[in-house]
Amino acid sequence: MTVRDELQPLPPAKLVVSQVSKVFRTGAGLVKALEDVSLKVSEGEFVSCLVGPSGSGKSTLLNIIAGLEKPDSGSVLLDGKPVTAPGRDRMVMFQESALFPWLNVLDNVLFGLKLKPSLTNRERREVAQYYLQLVGLERFLRANIHELSGGMKQRVALARALAPNPSVLLMDEPFAALDAMTREQLYADLQEIWRKRRKTIIFVTHNVREAICLGDRINLLSPSPGRIQEAFTIPLARPRDINSVEVAKYATELTAALKRHLQPAEATS
Amino acid sequence: MKRVLLATTFFLSCLVFWQAFALTEIWSPVLLPSPLRVADYLYGALRDGSLVAATAVTLRRLLLGYLAGLLLGLPLGLLTARFRVFEDTFGLLALGFQTLPSVCWVPLALLWFGQTETAMLFVVIMGTMWSVMIATDSGVNSVPSIYVRAARTMGSRGLHTWLKVILPASFPFIVSGMKQGWAFAWRSLMAAEIYVTILTGFGLGHLLHYGRELIAMDQVIGIIFVIIVIGLLADKILFSPWENFLHRRWGTTKEGLFTA
Repeated sequence: MTVRDELQPLPPAKLVVSQVSKVFRTGAGLVKALEDVSLKVSEGEFVSCLVGPSGSGKSTLLNIIAGLEKPDSGSVLLDGKPVTAPGRDRMVMFQESALFPWLNVLDNVLFGLKLKPSLTNRERREVAQYYLQLVGLERFLRANIHELSGGMKQRVALARALAPNPSVLLMDEPFAALDAMTREQLYADLQEIWRKRRKTIIFVTHNVREAICLGDRINLLSPSPGRIQEAFTIPLARPRDINSVEVAKYATELTAALKRHLQPAEATS
Repeated sequence: MKRVLLATTFFLSCLVFWQAFALTEIWSPVLLPSPLRVADYLYGALRDGSLVAATAVTLRRLLLGYLAGLLLGLPLGLLTARFRVFEDTFGLLALGFQTLPSVCWVPLALLWFGQTETAMLFVVIMGTMWSVMIATDSGVNSVPSIYVRAARTMGSRGLHTWLKVILPASFPFIVSGMKQGWAFAWRSLMAAEIYVTILTGFGLGHLLHYGRELIAMDQVIGIIFVIIVIGLLADKILFSPWENFLHRRWGTTKEGLFTA
């Protein structure tokens, strides 16, 4: 295998989530985080957003797809194969960067690559440098993590998640802790990166505009029990601008739908 | 620079005040020798070699005991953090033993091992290993789970996760545990040396003890001074490099709350 092969984008994967349920035991009793959730992410669907208020189980669903948590019932199939454990075919980007503070920027990106036995060290370095360049951080290879701004940390985290060349990228509110200006820059960068890399991306957020700006398809989840209530297709051309009128138009529609699905739950409680 | 000047002025004034007070002879010079007398003793002890020999004996015991304590405490701490069985057995044992002032081991060590080097080492090891073990255990337990989860998605498992993620992530805690262990080792060794005469070597504690026996106050104060200096040097030489490394890498701050 050469670096060139390694950098070839893998064909985007097909992901099928069928009838997944998950219950958590908390001090206040049982919480139905997910009930009978089914979801299909087709090949070529670059972003599928999960949108819902906190407690709607969207992060839980993402963790189940990542293989970090096991569902109580139901299954997840990736290209026909059942998901049972974490794997490099599905990389996760967390809300906090989860970068390792004892490693510098380059070594953080190399962490996953070092676990790929098919590569030589030289190839690993080239791959890591390619992705750090892709996120615009090629000048910060030797920087320590605490020296980076929040936005730069998430760029490193993105490079780290992309480096093992997964077929699915799972993003759990990755920009939620950033300021608005940094976030807008990252929306543009992310769209540009996936134009180049063509990954299947599943993006969790509670920010409706963010979902419309990034997503091809948006699944609305409601809390207790976590369920997918409605799915929207966003046919807007890319690159999209979060401040554009079209995004705002869809946002109004989606917010109305969210409210509709939330109200019955509130009325009964 | 201003702070160095302030510190220097402060300590010089202390010395001058001490010298002046000693010259008044309000207290008998036997009980309060002047700083010049103390310096004279230290110079003499340096020249006749007794001070260097005692320091060497003490440091040898300290380093051996401390290393053994680390070698026992670190793995035990990892085991209690990883396995419930160890947590419920050795973990509880460590909690109990850690509250025991290590000088309490001296009578037991004497009866078990007699007046030997082994008794000394035993006391130092008992002083070190439990606190190192507990610090390691709590260090591992405070590793954010997100690091482990992130590592698992990248294909890290089992031993690899321990060596490449959990250990480095708990490193700041382990270093502070090692530092605490060092302080305990130092205290317990001094207690043991003052208590116990061992014919295989006279340490600093013995010099202190004989200073009292001979009512040689210049010796007592001089040795106390040497013990303080060794403690400070150990801190600088053994731990400052680690702490600076942590400061650079992790961005853990060394500055206090009120230093702008």
